[in-house]
Amino acid sequence: MNSVPDHPPPAPATRAWSWRSRSFRGLVWQALTISLLLGLAWFLIHNLLENMRVRGIQSGFGFFSQPTGFAIGESLIAFDSQDPLSRAFLVGFLNTLRVALLGILFTTVVGVTVGIGRLSRNFLLRTLCTGYVELFRNVPVLLQILIWYFVITDWFPEVSDAIQPVHGVFLTKSGMSFPVPVFHATHAWIAAGFAVGLALAFLWRAVARRAFERTGLRPPVFWPMTALITLVPLACAAFGTPIELDFPERLDAAIAGGGTVTPEFLAVTIGLSIYTAAFVAEVVRSGIQSVPWGQTEAAHSLGLARGLTLRLVLLPQAVRVIIPPLTNQYLNLTKNSSLAVAIGYPDLISISNTTLNQTGRAVECIAVAMAIYLALSLATAALMNWYNARAAIRER
Amino acid sequence: MAGHLKRAVAALAFGAALAGFAGMAQAGKTLDTIKQRGQVICGVNTGLAGFGAADSQGNWAGLDVDICRALAAAVLGDANKVRWVPLNTQQRFTALQSGEIDILSRNTTFTLTRDASLGLHQTAITYYDGQGFMVTKKSNIKSAKQLNNSSVCVQAGTTTEKNLNDYFRAQKMKFKPVVFEDFEASKKAFFSGRCQVYTTDASGLASIRNKDAAKPDDYVILPELISKEPLGPVVRRGDDEWFAIVKWTIYALLEAEEYGITQANVEQMKGDPSPAIQRILGSGEDSGKLLGLSKDWAANALKAVGNYGEIFERNVGPKSPLKLPRGANNLWNKGGLMYAPPVR
Amino acid sequence: MSAIVHAPVPARPAPALGTGVGAWLRANLYADWKNALATVIILLVAARYLPAIYQWAVTDAVTARDPNACRALAHSGACWGVIAEKYRFILFGRFPFEEQWRPLIATLILVGLLVVSALRRFWRPWLGLVWICGLAAFFTLMHGGLLGMSAVESARWGGFPLTMILTTLGIAAALPLAVLVALGRRSHLPAIRAVCTVYIELVRGVPLVSVLFMASFMFPLFMPSGYTPDVLLRVLAGIILFAAAYLAETVRGGLQAVPAGQYEAAAALGLSYWQMQRKIVLPQALRIVVPGLVNSFISTYKDTSLVTIVGLYELTGALGLALRGDAEWRQFYFEGYLFIGLIYWIGCFAMSHYSQRMERALHTGNRR
Repeated sequence: MNSVPDHPPPAPATRAWSWRSRSFRGLVWQALTISLLLGLAWFLIHNLLENMRVRGIQSGFGFFSQPTGFAIGESLIAFDSQDPLSRAFLVGFLNTLRVALLGILFTTVVGVTVGIGRLSRNFLLRTLCTGYVELFRNVPVLLQILIWYFVITDWFPEVSDAIQPVHGVFLTKSGMSFPVPVFHATHAWIAAGFAVGLALAFLWRAVARRAFERTGLRPPVFWPMTALITLVPLACAAFGTPIELDFPERLDAAIAGGGTVTPEFLAVTIGLSIYTAAFVAEVVRSGIQSVPWGQTEAAHSLGLARGLTLRLVLLPQAVRVIIPPLTNQYLNLTKNSSLAVAIGYPDLISISNTTLNQTGRAVECIAVAMAIYLALSLATAALMNWYNARAAIRER
Repeated sequence: MAGHLKRAVAALAFGAALAGFAGMAQAGKTLDTIKQRGQVICGVNTGLAGFGAADSQGNWAGLDVDICRALAAAVLGDANKVRWVPLNTQQRFTALQSGEIDILSRNTTFTLTRDASLGLHQTAITYYDGQGFMVTKKSNIKSAKQLNNSSVCVQAGTTTEKNLNDYFRAQKMKFKPVVFEDFEASKKAFFSGRCQVYTTDASGLASIRNKDAAKPDDYVILPELISKEPLGPVVRRGDDEWFAIVKWTIYALLEAEEYGITQANVEQMKGDPSPAIQRILGSGEDSGKLLGLSKDWAANALKAVGNYGEIFERNVGPKSPLKLPRGANNLWNKGGLMYAPPVR
Repeated sequence: MSAIVHAPVPARPAPALGTGVGAWLRANLYADWKNALATVIILLVAARYLPAIYQWAVTDAVTARDPNACRALAHSGACWGVIAEKYRFILFGRFPFEEQWRPLIATLILVGLLVVSALRRFWRPWLGLVWICGLAAFFTLMHGGLLGMSAVESARWGGFPLTMILTTLGIAAALPLAVLVALGRRSHLPAIRAVCTVYIELVRGVPLVSVLFMASFMFPLFMPSGYTPDVLLRVLAGIILFAAAYLAETVRGGLQAVPAGQYEAAAALGLSYWQMQRKIVLPQALRIVVPGLVNSFISTYKDTSLVTIVGLYELTGALGLALRGDAEWRQFYFEGYLFIGLIYWIGCFAMSHYSQRMERALHTGNRR
């Protein structure tokens, strides 16, 4: 995608044109390929239309505006079974995005930690992290998701004896319930204050960097930034802004209140994150190792401490190597979220499949689901190319 | 140059072969194909005891399975000439549409949408069913009206899924669907306690409770039936002869019960003076000829699997593990709905 | 005049001993306080959980084929009895029980072929012939119908042999396609380049599940009526098309690693395009690609677990087949999952280490 094909240099043209000339042969080959492909496409589409006609299968995308007719287990937006099918697809798409984004968050945290851990000087930590990578990347992710799902739905207790690992968090067969903050009018002000603090913090960072480049002196960055960001929320908390949490409560047959995630969502998210993290760890490790050892030695001889060496010398160089394969892993995670279909999480593929079964529009449903995934992938790839072009080392 | 020419010709030949292949592979009539192949290809459930399930040796049994056996006996004279294709709910209609199977005998509900838009023909009803609910005994739920806010395990892409939604809407109750593509996964989830309620056709519930539960007595099937689920075999559109054969084979099984013809007494009944019985068994008028079958088509089917009553008793009836009452599936003259047009 | 005061810096202690057990322990376990803390935490966690895991897996486990004994445990110990009871069903699916020596031998042949192909000393032209014979033997054994073996239709194939054949045939057929597509993507003919690029990006942009659904549900509609290859073939076609797109990118990497001088030299010798690719470029490129090829093999091996979603009973599907219908054993899925997880793990782990070794071994000639 990101490289221009470096084909062999064309042979010098001796004559302007001939039947045997390279360009003519090229034309013939291309015409052949195109006509073969067109023939194949015609063959397939002709069969499709013929099959549909003979068997009276209806086609067209009009059915997307019909009422859905089935209920969906979990949804980020309000959904009623009388809503049109297009909205059901939107629900599925949002469910896919939810798993993908949370998965990407977890997988990055775990993956980067394990990846750096593999380079630790501590033997136990190193072995543990290597063990993690070797264990989780060598077992199919579908199997891992199935195992998590089985453990949650089979081993976790009924509602009546829910596990409470922390106060307010309940683990049961029907998922995890946790406290969520109740929104209060003043919270908007806190959020605004937080945003202003964030902006100021980054402004200070820019100022500090400029000062560093001008004078060579390194003004404090970390603590002032932390202070600016946390000032408003902390102050509000200290001066008694109501911070209320909606704690889930155990009733007779259910756990009410708070936020809840289903076992299906938990299993997919955990399974995908842990599996992908093993690959992310490898990406991070090899990225850091790709920076020549000389850079570390040079940093040490300049008197930089171990932490500073990692932060100022190794990571900035490693990130360039890490980002492209990392994006690939994120894309893989997003695509793998389609495995949710095996345990009944209503993601895009699952909704598309149910619709396929209810309406019989196999071609339309699968095509729409694929097109959405494709659009996601291509958008990410485009973003990636843009980043690569920007981050590439500009050599002399 | 010669090399290129050769390759170009080869490429063209390949394209031509592809096109020729397209013309060649037009299907004949289903009946001819079956006779030529020597096998009926029958789409069945992946595993629903009583209707279509294989044991560990790969022997299929069940009501739906026996219909296919009867058909093979009627068409080919041998009830064992069937290839079984286990299908899940997603695969079933595509498999039929594409010609992968000749007949779908897989506890499939007849509905308007399926008949009118999926390229299918629904033949004859072999089981009158209705959708029910199953809960654990522990839950102490006695009626479907008490199911508000419960989580319900259901299989994706079934009429059940839609009925469930309609019922709760009509009752102004809420529920959390836990929807599985896979029948087995949905059963597993229910038994593990993921859902409080399992819903499918009442016969399916009986099958699951009596064959899949570790202790059947721990589970209760609620009395309400929330829908009509007429189940029966489905064939592809566009082949009226095959449609007729399937339909009339089922009718013959029903009519045989009406006249008291059983698996055991087929041969002896051939000598019966009643013209109706003679027509069915082919000892009088040749009813098979009209369908493009042999004279003794129905006799073969009956010899292989018995009449409808026997099929019912063997697979799902009170003496089988499913212990289902005959109820609506009794003959019309015994208080049921089974009414076959006369084989004449 | 000012005196120059000579004040030597006090001598630093000699560097710590670099060898020996003590030095190793210090460097690797408690080099500084952070390190020591990590060591302590890990040891504490291990002391807390390892005995419990050992107790679950070994001390309290039931190995007898006794579902009642297993149920009595109530998950406080592992029930390995389920494996003892069901391993043949898990490994061979619904294949007729008395004939299961056939899939066993067939699988051994396939594994043997893979092992032989992994050794460089056997990279000879006759290897292709061995493969053809091996695959023929595999299908003869699986399908039967001759030499006194009863015929077993492909719908009853299942378990590990199915996993292996899907992987092997998937990659074997994907490789030539991938080479063509990779060459096409680097071609100077814009139409061919566009077609290949679109194919690669299209397939890599969608999940395998959707490709499998397409193969399973849509593909029959695209075929002339009456002609429907069975589901195994359709799924295999899906896997091949999917694997080829990824493999093509790997091959392209190999093609790009061949120095431009090689192309120029070949052109200077007057070789045609295909001669150049066959005699100069591909032999070098494919060598470089071997580790990537093995990695693709690993991915495909793991990905075959997805075909259970479209109703084929490979290893993951066969486990479900073995346990789901059996109320006695159904609750011991976890042990079953661990069992097949181990099978997958051994295969992947062995192959990934082979791939890493190969990478080091093959990397020598092309370092620039």
